[in-house]
Amino acid sequence: MTNRSDIHHFSTEPVIEIKGLEKSFGSNKVLRGVDLQVRQGENVAVLGRSGSGKSVLIKIIAGLLKPDSGSVMVLNHNVPELDYKALEKLRLRIGFSFQNSALYDSMTVRENLEFPLLRNGGGVKHADVDVAVEDVLDAVGLSQTINQLPSELSGGQRKRIGIARTLIMQPEIMLYDEPTAGLDPITSIEINNLIKEVQQKYNTASIIITHDLTCAKSTSDRIAILLDGIFLKTGSFQEVFTDPDQRIKSFYDYNFIEE
Amino acid sequence: MMKLNQKRQREFVITRKLDNFFTEVYLLFKFIVRFFKEAFSPPFEFREIVRQCYEVGYKSLALISITGFVTGIVFTKQSRPSLAEFGATSWLPSLVSIAILRALAPLITALITAGKVGSNIGAELGSMRVTEQIDAMEVSATNPFKFLVVTRVIATSLMVPILMCYTALIGLFGGFLNVNANEQTSMASFFQKAFESINFIDIWSSVIKSIVFGFTIGIIGSYKGYNATQGTQGVGKAANASVVISMFLIFVEEIVIVQIVNWFR
Repeated sequence: MTNRSDIHHFSTEPVIEIKGLEKSFGSNKVLRGVDLQVRQGENVAVLGRSGSGKSVLIKIIAGLLKPDSGSVMVLNHNVPELDYKALEKLRLRIGFSFQNSALYDSMTVRENLEFPLLRNGGGVKHADVDVAVEDVLDAVGLSQTINQLPSELSGGQRKRIGIARTLIMQPEIMLYDEPTAGLDPITSIEINNLIKEVQQKYNTASIIITHDLTCAKSTSDRIAILLDGIFLKTGSFQEVFTDPDQRIKSFYDYNFIEE
Repeated sequence: MMKLNQKRQREFVITRKLDNFFTEVYLLFKFIVRFFKEAFSPPFEFREIVRQCYEVGYKSLALISITGFVTGIVFTKQSRPSLAEFGATSWLPSLVSIAILRALAPLITALITAGKVGSNIGAELGSMRVTEQIDAMEVSATNPFKFLVVTRVIATSLMVPILMCYTALIGLFGGFLNVNANEQTSMASFFQKAFESINFIDIWSSVIKSIVFGFTIGIIGSYKGYNATQGTQGVGKAANASVVISMFLIFVEEIVIVQIVNWFR
Protein backbone atom coordinates (compact mmCIF):
# COMPACT_ATOMS: atom_id res chain seq x y z
CA MET A 1 0.00 0.00 0.00
CA THR A 2 1.31 3.44 -0.91
CA ASN A 3 2.03 5.64 2.06
CA ARG A 4 -0.18 8.65 1.41
CA SER A 5 2.31 10.92 3.19
CA ASP A 6 4.63 10.32 0.25
CA ILE A 7 2.27 11.79 -2.29
CA HIS A 8 1.02 14.67 -0.12
CA HIS A 9 3.06 17.67 0.90
CA PHE A 10 1.87 19.10 4.19
CA SER A 11 2.71 22.58 5.41
CA THR A 12 5.02 22.60 8.43
CA GLU A 13 2.77 24.95 10.44
CA PRO A 14 -0.04 23.07 12.21
CA VAL A 15 -3.56 24.35 11.50
CA ILE A 16 -4.87 22.52 14.58
CA GLU A 17 -2.71 22.41 17.70
CA ILE A 18 -4.14 20.98 20.91
CA LYS A 19 -2.20 21.04 24.17
CA GLY A 20 -3.11 19.58 27.54
CA LEU A 21 -6.82 19.32 26.76
CA GLU A 22 -9.00 18.16 29.64
CA LYS A 23 -12.76 17.70 29.79
CA SER A 24 -15.03 16.13 32.39
CA PHE A 25 -18.76 15.52 32.58
CA GLY A 26 -19.58 15.48 36.28
CA SER A 27 -17.23 12.96 37.87
CA ASN A 28 -16.50 11.30 34.52
CA LYS A 29 -13.14 12.55 33.27
CA VAL A 30 -13.33 12.03 29.50
CA LEU A 31 -10.18 13.78 28.25
CA ARG A 32 -7.10 13.82 30.51
CA GLY A 33 -4.47 15.96 28.82
CA VAL A 34 -4.77 15.41 25.08
CA ASP A 35 -2.09 16.76 22.72
CA LEU A 36 -2.50 16.74 18.93
CA GLN A 37 -1.19 18.58 15.88
CA VAL A 38 -2.70 18.50 12.38
CA ARG A 39 -1.08 20.22 9.41
CA GLN A 40 -2.74 21.70 6.31
CA GLY A 41 -3.62 18.96 3.82
CA GLU A 42 -3.21 16.17 6.38
CA ASN A 43 -5.85 13.61 7.38
CA VAL A 44 -5.62 12.30 10.96
CA ALA A 45 -7.88 9.47 12.13
CA VAL A 46 -8.72 9.34 15.82
CA LEU A 47 -9.50 5.77 16.82
CA GLY A 48 -11.04 4.71 20.07
CA ARG A 49 -13.80 2.69 21.62
CA SER A 50 -17.33 4.04 22.13
CA GLY A 51 -17.42 6.58 24.95
CA SER A 52 -13.68 7.24 24.83
CA GLY A 53 -14.22 10.97 24.13
CA LYS A 54 -13.51 11.05 20.39
CA SER A 55 -16.62 13.07 19.50
CA VAL A 56 -16.06 15.34 22.51
CA LEU A 57 -12.63 16.18 21.09
CA ILE A 58 -13.95 17.46 17.74
CA LYS A 59 -16.88 19.21 19.37
CA ILE A 60 -14.35 21.16 21.44
CA ILE A 61 -12.39 21.97 18.26
CA ALA A 62 -15.61 23.31 16.64
CA GLY A 63 -16.43 25.31 19.79
CA LEU A 64 -19.59 23.31 20.56
CA LEU A 65 -18.19 22.31 23.96
CA LYS A 66 -15.93 24.21 26.35
CA PRO A 67 -12.88 22.38 27.69
CA ASP A 68 -12.01 22.41 31.39
CA SER A 69 -8.38 23.26 30.63
CA GLY A 70 -5.84 23.27 27.83
CA SER A 71 -5.44 25.21 24.61
CA VAL A 72 -7.11 24.48 21.26
CA MET A 73 -5.42 26.53 18.54
CA VAL A 74 -7.35 26.36 15.26
CA LEU A 75 -6.02 28.44 12.36
CA ASN A 76 -4.10 30.54 14.91
CA HIS A 77 -7.15 31.18 17.15
CA ASN A 78 -7.51 29.72 20.64
CA VAL A 79 -11.09 28.42 20.35
CA PRO A 80 -12.06 28.40 24.07
CA GLU A 81 -11.12 32.08 24.40
CA LEU A 82 -13.07 33.34 21.35
CA ASP A 83 -16.24 35.38 21.79
CA TYR A 84 -19.37 34.35 19.86
CA LYS A 85 -18.74 36.65 16.86
CA ALA A 86 -15.12 35.54 16.45
CA LEU A 87 -16.15 31.91 16.82
CA GLU A 88 -18.81 32.33 14.09
CA LYS A 89 -16.13 33.76 11.76
CA LEU A 90 -13.79 30.87 12.49
CA ARG A 91 -16.55 28.31 11.99
CA LEU A 92 -16.93 29.48 8.38
CA ARG A 93 -13.48 27.97 7.82
CA ILE A 94 -14.35 24.65 9.47
CA GLY A 95 -16.58 21.91 8.05
CA PHE A 96 -18.25 19.46 10.43
CA SER A 97 -19.79 16.22 9.18
CA PHE A 98 -22.07 14.80 11.86
CA GLN A 99 -22.49 11.12 12.71
CA ASN A 100 -26.18 11.14 11.69
CA SER A 101 -25.62 13.73 8.94
CA ALA A 102 -27.84 16.27 10.80
CA LEU A 103 -29.61 17.37 7.61
CA TYR A 104 -32.49 19.80 8.21
CA ASP A 105 -35.57 17.58 7.90
CA SER A 106 -37.93 20.31 6.75
CA MET A 107 -35.67 21.43 3.89
CA THR A 108 -34.94 19.83 0.52
CA VAL A 109 -31.38 18.88 -0.44
CA ARG A 110 -31.05 22.16 -2.36
CA GLU A 111 -32.25 24.21 0.65
CA ASN A 112 -29.92 22.29 2.98
CA LEU A 113 -26.97 23.13 0.76
CA GLU A 114 -28.02 26.74 0.18
CA PHE A 115 -28.61 27.42 3.87
CA PRO A 116 -25.01 28.14 5.03
CA LEU A 117 -24.17 29.99 1.83
CA LEU A 118 -27.20 32.29 1.80
CA ARG A 119 -26.74 33.14 5.46
CA ASN A 120 -23.00 33.69 5.38
CA GLY A 121 -22.25 34.49 1.75
CA GLY A 122 -22.51 38.29 2.20
CA GLY A 123 -25.22 38.97 -0.41
CA VAL A 124 -24.10 36.27 -2.80
CA LYS A 125 -26.12 36.18 -6.10
CA HIS A 126 -28.71 33.45 -6.60
CA ALA A 127 -27.03 32.37 -9.84
CA ASP A 128 -23.75 31.85 -7.94
CA VAL A 129 -25.56 29.88 -5.24
CA ASP A 130 -27.06 27.60 -7.91
CA VAL A 131 -23.62 27.00 -9.41
CA ALA A 132 -22.10 26.26 -5.97
CA VAL A 133 -24.93 23.82 -5.13
CA GLU A 134 -24.53 22.00 -8.45
CA ASP A 135 -20.74 21.86 -7.98
CA VAL A 136 -20.82 20.26 -4.53
CA LEU A 137 -23.62 17.87 -5.51
CA ASP A 138 -21.53 16.86 -8.51
CA ALA A 139 -18.50 16.40 -6.22
CA VAL A 140 -20.44 13.93 -4.04
CA GLY A 141 -22.14 12.34 -7.06
CA LEU A 142 -25.73 13.09 -6.04
CA SER A 143 -26.95 15.69 -8.55
CA GLN A 144 -30.23 13.79 -9.07
CA THR A 145 -31.30 14.25 -5.42
CA ILE A 146 -31.42 18.06 -5.53
CA ASN A 147 -35.17 18.38 -4.94
CA GLN A 148 -35.57 15.46 -2.54
CA LEU A 149 -36.18 15.66 1.19
CA PRO A 150 -33.66 14.06 3.60
CA SER A 151 -36.30 11.44 4.51
CA GLU A 152 -36.23 10.21 0.90
CA LEU A 153 -32.46 9.55 0.94
CA SER A 154 -30.54 6.42 1.98
CA GLY A 155 -28.07 6.51 4.89
CA GLY A 156 -25.08 6.77 2.54
CA GLN A 157 -26.72 9.52 0.49
CA ARG A 158 -27.48 11.48 3.67
CA LYS A 159 -23.81 11.22 4.72
CA ARG A 160 -22.67 12.47 1.34
CA ILE A 161 -25.15 15.38 1.35
CA GLY A 162 -23.95 16.20 4.88
CA ILE A 163 -20.38 16.39 3.59
CA ALA A 164 -21.53 18.42 0.56
CA ARG A 165 -23.21 20.95 2.90
CA THR A 166 -19.91 21.54 4.65
CA LEU A 167 -17.93 21.70 1.38
CA ILE A 168 -20.10 24.50 -0.03
CA MET A 169 -18.35 26.97 2.30
CA GLN A 170 -14.93 25.70 1.07
CA PRO A 171 -13.55 24.97 4.55
CA GLU A 172 -9.86 24.71 5.34
CA ILE A 173 -10.50 22.09 8.03
CA MET A 174 -12.88 19.12 7.93
CA LEU A 175 -14.07 17.29 11.03
CA TYR A 176 -15.75 13.93 10.37
CA ASP A 177 -17.68 12.30 13.23
CA GLU A 178 -17.98 8.54 12.55
CA PRO A 179 -18.37 8.92 8.77
CA THR A 180 -18.96 5.20 8.11
CA ALA A 181 -21.04 4.33 11.20
CA GLY A 182 -24.16 2.35 10.31
CA LEU A 183 -23.27 1.97 6.63
CA ASP A 184 -22.84 -1.23 4.61
CA PRO A 185 -19.25 -2.08 3.48
CA ILE A 186 -19.73 -0.88 -0.10
CA THR A 187 -21.21 2.46 0.94
CA SER A 188 -18.44 2.78 3.56
CA ILE A 189 -15.84 2.42 0.80
CA GLU A 190 -17.65 5.15 -1.21
CA ILE A 191 -17.55 7.48 1.82
CA ASN A 192 -13.86 6.68 2.41
CA ASN A 193 -13.11 7.51 -1.22
CA LEU A 194 -15.07 10.75 -0.89
CA ILE A 195 -13.01 11.77 2.18
CA LYS A 196 -9.82 11.18 0.19
CA GLU A 197 -11.17 13.11 -2.80
CA VAL A 198 -12.07 16.05 -0.53
CA GLN A 199 -8.53 16.08 0.87
CA GLN A 200 -6.97 15.99 -2.59
CA LYS A 201 -9.35 18.48 -4.25
CA TYR A 202 -9.63 21.07 -1.47
CA ASN A 203 -6.31 20.42 0.38
CA THR A 204 -8.18 20.35 3.70
CA ALA A 205 -6.77 19.29 7.04
CA SER A 206 -9.10 16.67 8.47
CA ILE A 207 -9.75 14.84 11.69
CA ILE A 208 -11.71 11.63 11.16
CA ILE A 209 -13.32 10.22 14.29
CA THR A 210 -13.95 6.52 13.83
CA HIS A 211 -13.75 3.07 15.34
CA ASP A 212 -13.62 1.52 11.88
CA LEU A 213 -10.03 0.44 11.12
CA THR A 214 -10.71 0.12 7.39
CA CYS A 215 -11.89 3.72 7.30
CA ALA A 216 -8.89 4.89 9.34
CA LYS A 217 -6.42 2.99 7.17
CA SER A 218 -7.80 4.12 3.83
CA THR A 219 -8.49 7.78 4.63
CA SER A 220 -5.74 8.93 6.99
CA ASP A 221 -2.09 9.88 6.85
CA ARG A 222 -1.73 9.45 10.59
CA ILE A 223 -3.63 7.56 13.24
CA ALA A 224 -4.06 8.49 16.91
CA ILE A 225 -5.37 5.94 19.39
CA LEU A 226 -7.46 7.54 22.15
CA LEU A 227 -7.72 5.42 25.27
CA ASP A 228 -8.66 6.41 28.80
CA GLY A 229 -8.65 10.10 27.88
CA ILE A 230 -5.14 10.30 26.39
CA PHE A 231 -3.52 9.51 23.04
CA LEU A 232 -1.82 6.18 23.60
CA LYS A 233 0.02 6.16 20.30
CA THR A 234 0.21 8.44 17.25
CA GLY A 235 1.81 7.63 13.90
CA SER A 236 1.24 5.94 10.57
CA PHE A 237 -1.03 2.89 10.44
CA GLN A 238 2.04 0.66 10.24
CA GLU A 239 3.75 2.32 13.21
CA VAL A 240 0.68 2.22 15.42
CA PHE A 241 -0.37 -1.35 14.82
CA THR A 242 3.13 -2.87 15.03
CA ASP A 243 3.38 -1.46 18.56
CA PRO A 244 3.73 -4.28 21.11
CA ASP A 245 1.33 -2.56 23.56
CA GLN A 246 -1.34 -5.16 24.35
CA ARG A 247 -4.13 -2.53 24.51
CA ILE A 248 -3.44 -1.49 20.90
CA LYS A 249 -3.08 -5.10 19.78
CA SER A 250 -6.43 -6.00 21.32
CA PHE A 251 -8.05 -3.03 19.57
CA TYR A 252 -6.66 -4.31 16.24
CA ASP A 253 -7.63 -7.94 16.93
CA TYR A 254 -11.25 -7.05 17.60
CA ASN A 255 -11.62 -5.28 14.29
CA PHE A 256 -11.85 -6.88 10.88
CA ILE A 257 -9.46 -5.28 8.43
CA GLU A 258 -8.74 -5.99 4.83
CA GLU A 259 -4.99 -6.40 4.36
CA MET B 1 -22.88 3.28 55.50
CA MET B 2 -23.36 6.36 57.66
CA LYS B 3 -20.71 8.22 55.66
CA LEU B 4 -22.46 7.25 52.43
CA ASN B 5 -25.79 8.59 53.73
CA GLN B 6 -24.16 11.89 54.74
CA LYS B 7 -22.63 12.21 51.28
CA ARG B 8 -26.01 11.57 49.65
CA GLN B 9 -27.67 14.21 51.82
CA ARG B 10 -25.19 16.82 50.63
CA GLU B 11 -26.16 16.27 46.98
CA PHE B 12 -29.15 18.63 47.27
CA VAL B 13 -29.91 21.82 49.20
CA ILE B 14 -33.61 21.50 50.14
CA THR B 15 -35.01 18.33 48.59
CA ARG B 16 -34.06 16.87 45.24
CA LYS B 17 -37.42 17.79 43.64
CA LEU B 18 -37.41 21.35 45.00
CA ASP B 19 -33.80 21.80 43.93
CA ASN B 20 -34.69 20.64 40.43
CA PHE B 21 -37.73 22.95 40.37
CA PHE B 22 -35.73 26.04 41.34
CA THR B 23 -32.93 25.12 38.94
CA GLU B 24 -35.51 24.80 36.16
CA VAL B 25 -37.04 28.18 37.04
CA TYR B 26 -33.58 29.78 37.03
CA LEU B 27 -32.71 28.23 33.65
CA LEU B 28 -36.04 29.34 32.17
CA PHE B 29 -35.40 32.86 33.46
CA LYS B 30 -31.95 32.84 31.79
CA PHE B 31 -33.58 31.57 28.58
CA ILE B 32 -36.09 34.46 28.64
CA VAL B 33 -33.32 37.03 29.27
CA ARG B 34 -31.37 35.57 26.34
CA PHE B 35 -34.51 35.83 24.17
CA PHE B 36 -34.81 39.58 24.81
CA LYS B 37 -31.08 40.12 24.21
CA GLU B 38 -31.15 38.23 20.90
CA ALA B 39 -34.52 39.65 19.77
CA PHE B 40 -33.28 43.23 19.88
CA SER B 41 -29.84 42.70 18.34
CA PRO B 42 -29.23 42.44 14.57
CA PRO B 43 -29.34 40.57 12.25
CA PHE B 44 -33.13 40.23 12.31
CA GLU B 45 -34.68 37.11 10.82
CA PHE B 46 -37.68 38.80 9.11
CA ARG B 47 -38.23 36.10 6.49
CA GLU B 48 -38.24 33.33 9.09
CA ILE B 49 -40.57 35.34 11.35
CA VAL B 50 -43.05 35.70 8.47
CA ARG B 51 -42.79 31.97 7.73
CA GLN B 52 -43.38 31.11 11.39
CA CYS B 53 -46.36 33.52 11.56
CA TYR B 54 -47.85 31.61 8.62
CA GLU B 55 -47.20 28.29 10.40
CA VAL B 56 -48.75 29.51 13.67
CA GLY B 57 -51.60 31.58 12.28
CA TYR B 58 -52.83 30.11 9.06
CA LYS B 59 -52.47 26.49 10.09
CA SER B 60 -54.43 26.99 13.34
CA LEU B 61 -57.24 28.82 11.57
CA ALA B 62 -59.52 25.84 10.84
CA LEU B 63 -59.39 24.50 14.40
CA ILE B 64 -59.81 27.97 15.92
CA SER B 65 -62.80 28.67 13.64
CA ILE B 66 -64.67 25.52 14.64
CA THR B 67 -63.90 25.95 18.35
CA GLY B 68 -64.83 29.65 18.40
CA PHE B 69 -68.05 29.05 16.49
CA VAL B 70 -69.16 26.15 18.72
CA THR B 71 -68.27 28.12 21.88
CA GLY B 72 -70.44 31.05 20.74
CA ILE B 73 -73.45 28.83 20.03
CA VAL B 74 -73.13 26.72 23.19
CA PHE B 75 -72.53 29.69 25.50
CA THR B 76 -75.60 31.51 24.12
CA LYS B 77 -77.73 28.38 24.32
CA GLN B 78 -76.69 27.67 27.92
CA SER B 79 -77.17 31.29 29.05
CA ARG B 80 -80.69 31.72 27.63
CA PRO B 81 -82.65 29.79 30.34
CA SER B 82 -81.10 31.84 33.17
CA LEU B 83 -81.87 35.15 31.47
CA ALA B 84 -85.34 33.94 30.41
CA GLU B 85 -86.25 33.43 34.07
CA PHE B 86 -85.97 37.23 34.51
CA GLY B 87 -87.41 37.99 31.08
CA ALA B 88 -84.05 39.37 30.08
CA THR B 89 -83.25 37.43 26.89
CA SER B 90 -82.76 40.78 25.13
CA TRP B 91 -79.54 41.04 27.16
CA LEU B 92 -78.10 37.96 25.46
CA PRO B 93 -76.03 39.93 22.86
CA SER B 94 -74.44 41.99 25.66
CA LEU B 95 -73.76 38.97 27.85
CA VAL B 96 -72.32 36.93 24.97
CA SER B 97 -70.09 39.74 23.74
CA ILE B 98 -68.68 40.53 27.21
CA ALA B 99 -68.06 36.87 28.04
CA ILE B 100 -66.48 36.09 24.69
CA LEU B 101 -64.29 39.16 24.39
CA ARG B 102 -63.17 39.42 28.01
CA ALA B 103 -62.56 35.77 28.82
CA LEU B 104 -63.55 33.04 26.37
CA ALA B 105 -61.82 34.19 23.17
CA PRO B 106 -58.37 34.79 24.74
CA LEU B 107 -58.52 31.58 26.76
CA ILE B 108 -59.82 29.32 23.99
CA THR B 109 -57.37 30.72 21.46
CA ALA B 110 -54.45 30.32 23.87
CA LEU B 111 -55.39 26.77 24.88
CA ILE B 112 -55.91 25.64 21.28
CA THR B 113 -52.62 27.27 20.24
CA ALA B 114 -50.79 25.69 23.20
CA GLY B 115 -52.08 22.28 22.14
CA LYS B 116 -51.45 22.64 18.43
CA VAL B 117 -48.50 25.02 18.13
CA GLY B 118 -46.78 24.65 21.55
CA SER B 119 -46.48 20.88 21.21
CA ASN B 120 -45.29 21.30 17.64
CA ILE B 121 -42.54 23.73 18.69
CA GLY B 122 -41.44 21.45 21.55
CA ALA B 123 -41.34 18.37 19.33
CA GLU B 124 -39.70 20.09 16.36
CA LEU B 125 -36.91 21.77 18.33
CA GLY B 126 -36.49 18.68 20.51
CA SER B 127 -36.05 16.50 17.47
CA MET B 128 -33.60 19.02 15.97
CA ARG B 129 -31.62 18.97 19.24
CA VAL B 130 -31.33 15.18 19.56
CA THR B 131 -30.46 14.69 15.87
CA GLU B 132 -27.72 17.37 16.14
CA GLN B 133 -29.44 19.70 13.63
CA ILE B 134 -29.10 22.58 16.11
CA ASP B 135 -25.37 21.83 16.46
CA ALA B 136 -25.12 21.69 12.65
CA MET B 137 -26.70 25.13 12.44
CA GLU B 138 -24.25 26.42 15.04
CA VAL B 139 -21.16 25.08 13.24
CA SER B 140 -22.38 26.59 9.97
CA ALA B 141 -22.07 30.00 11.70
CA THR B 142 -25.82 30.52 12.12
CA ASN B 143 -27.10 31.50 15.54
CA PRO B 144 -29.68 28.73 16.16
CA PHE B 145 -31.23 30.57 19.11
CA LYS B 146 -32.01 33.58 16.96
CA PHE B 147 -33.12 31.54 13.96
CA LEU B 148 -35.22 28.94 15.78
CA VAL B 149 -36.27 30.36 19.15
CA VAL B 150 -36.60 34.13 18.64
CA THR B 151 -38.58 33.72 15.42
CA ARG B 152 -41.03 31.23 16.96
CA VAL B 153 -41.62 33.25 20.12
CA ILE B 154 -42.20 36.46 18.12
CA ALA B 155 -44.57 34.57 15.81
CA THR B 156 -46.69 33.18 18.65
CA SER B 157 -46.70 36.56 20.46
CA LEU B 158 -47.94 38.28 17.27
CA MET B 159 -50.37 35.66 16.02
CA VAL B 160 -52.24 34.72 19.21
CA PRO B 161 -53.76 38.26 19.59
CA ILE B 162 -54.78 38.24 15.91
CA LEU B 163 -56.28 34.77 16.26
CA MET B 164 -58.04 35.92 19.44
CA CYS B 165 -59.78 38.76 17.57
CA TYR B 166 -60.79 36.29 14.87
CA THR B 167 -62.08 33.80 17.49
CA ALA B 168 -64.11 36.58 19.13
CA LEU B 169 -65.78 37.50 15.84
CA ILE B 170 -66.49 33.86 14.96
CA GLY B 171 -67.82 33.26 18.50
CA LEU B 172 -70.09 36.31 18.26
CA PHE B 173 -71.32 35.09 14.91
CA GLY B 174 -72.15 31.70 16.49
CA GLY B 175 -74.00 33.54 19.26
CA PHE B 176 -75.90 35.61 16.68
CA LEU B 177 -77.06 32.50 14.79
CA ASN B 178 -78.50 31.08 18.01
CA VAL B 179 -80.17 34.36 19.02
CA ASN B 180 -81.48 34.86 15.50
CA ALA B 181 -82.97 31.35 15.45
CA ASN B 182 -84.77 31.87 18.78
CA GLU B 183 -85.54 35.59 19.03
CA GLN B 184 -85.42 36.52 15.32
CA THR B 185 -82.99 39.36 16.14
CA SER B 186 -81.41 40.90 13.03
CA MET B 187 -77.63 40.84 12.54
CA ALA B 188 -77.38 44.66 12.71
CA SER B 189 -79.35 44.79 15.96
CA PHE B 190 -77.35 41.90 17.53
CA PHE B 191 -73.97 43.38 16.74
CA GLN B 192 -75.06 46.90 17.72
CA LYS B 193 -76.09 45.63 21.17
CA ALA B 194 -72.99 43.45 21.40
CA PHE B 195 -70.55 46.29 20.69
CA GLU B 196 -72.42 48.80 22.88
CA SER B 197 -71.52 46.68 25.91
CA ILE B 198 -67.83 46.51 25.11
CA ASN B 199 -65.46 49.29 26.02
CA PHE B 200 -61.93 50.16 25.05
CA ILE B 201 -60.35 48.51 28.09
CA ASP B 202 -62.05 45.18 27.27
CA ILE B 203 -60.43 45.08 23.86
CA TRP B 204 -56.97 46.17 24.99
CA SER B 205 -56.88 43.93 28.04
CA SER B 206 -57.73 40.94 25.86
CA VAL B 207 -55.11 41.87 23.27
CA ILE B 208 -52.42 42.32 25.95
CA LYS B 209 -53.52 39.09 27.62
CA SER B 210 -53.20 37.27 24.29
CA ILE B 211 -49.72 38.67 23.71
CA VAL B 212 -48.69 37.30 27.13
CA PHE B 213 -50.32 33.94 26.36
CA GLY B 214 -48.63 33.80 22.94
CA PHE B 215 -45.25 34.63 24.47
CA THR B 216 -45.76 31.91 27.11
CA ILE B 217 -46.64 29.27 24.50
CA GLY B 218 -43.63 30.17 22.34
CA ILE B 219 -41.07 30.46 25.12
CA ILE B 220 -42.11 27.28 26.97
CA GLY B 221 -42.26 25.20 23.77
CA SER B 222 -38.88 26.56 22.65
CA TYR B 223 -37.26 26.12 26.08
CA LYS B 224 -38.39 22.53 26.41
CA GLY B 225 -37.49 21.63 22.82
CA TYR B 226 -34.18 23.51 22.69
CA ASN B 227 -32.96 21.78 25.86
CA ALA B 228 -34.32 18.30 25.07
CA THR B 229 -32.14 15.32 26.01
CA GLN B 230 -32.42 11.53 26.07
CA GLY B 231 -33.10 10.90 22.36
CA THR B 232 -36.59 10.22 21.03
CA GLN B 233 -37.97 9.79 24.56
CA GLY B 234 -36.78 13.34 25.29
CA VAL B 235 -38.64 14.65 22.22
CA GLY B 236 -41.92 13.19 23.51
CA LYS B 237 -41.29 14.62 26.97
CA ALA B 238 -40.50 18.04 25.51
CA ALA B 239 -43.72 18.10 23.46
CA ASN B 240 -45.79 16.96 26.43
CA ALA B 241 -44.20 19.37 28.91
CA SER B 242 -44.63 22.26 26.45
CA VAL B 243 -48.41 21.79 26.43
CA VAL B 244 -48.88 21.02 30.14
CA ILE B 245 -46.71 23.88 31.46
CA SER B 246 -48.05 26.39 28.91
CA MET B 247 -51.68 25.59 29.80
CA PHE B 248 -50.97 25.82 33.53
CA LEU B 249 -49.20 29.18 33.12
CA ILE B 250 -52.01 30.50 30.88
CA PHE B 251 -54.54 29.97 33.69
CA VAL B 252 -52.21 31.56 36.26
CA GLU B 253 -51.64 34.56 33.97
CA GLU B 254 -55.39 34.84 33.33
CA ILE B 255 -56.05 35.23 37.07
CA VAL B 256 -53.24 37.76 37.53
CA ILE B 257 -54.16 39.87 34.48
CA VAL B 258 -57.88 39.92 35.36
CA GLN B 259 -56.96 41.27 38.81
CA ILE B 260 -54.71 43.95 37.35
CA VAL B 261 -57.27 44.99 34.70
CA ASN B 262 -60.01 45.24 37.34
CA TRP B 263 -57.97 47.91 39.14
CA PHE B 264 -58.27 50.09 36.01
CA ARG B 265 -62.00 49.63 35.45
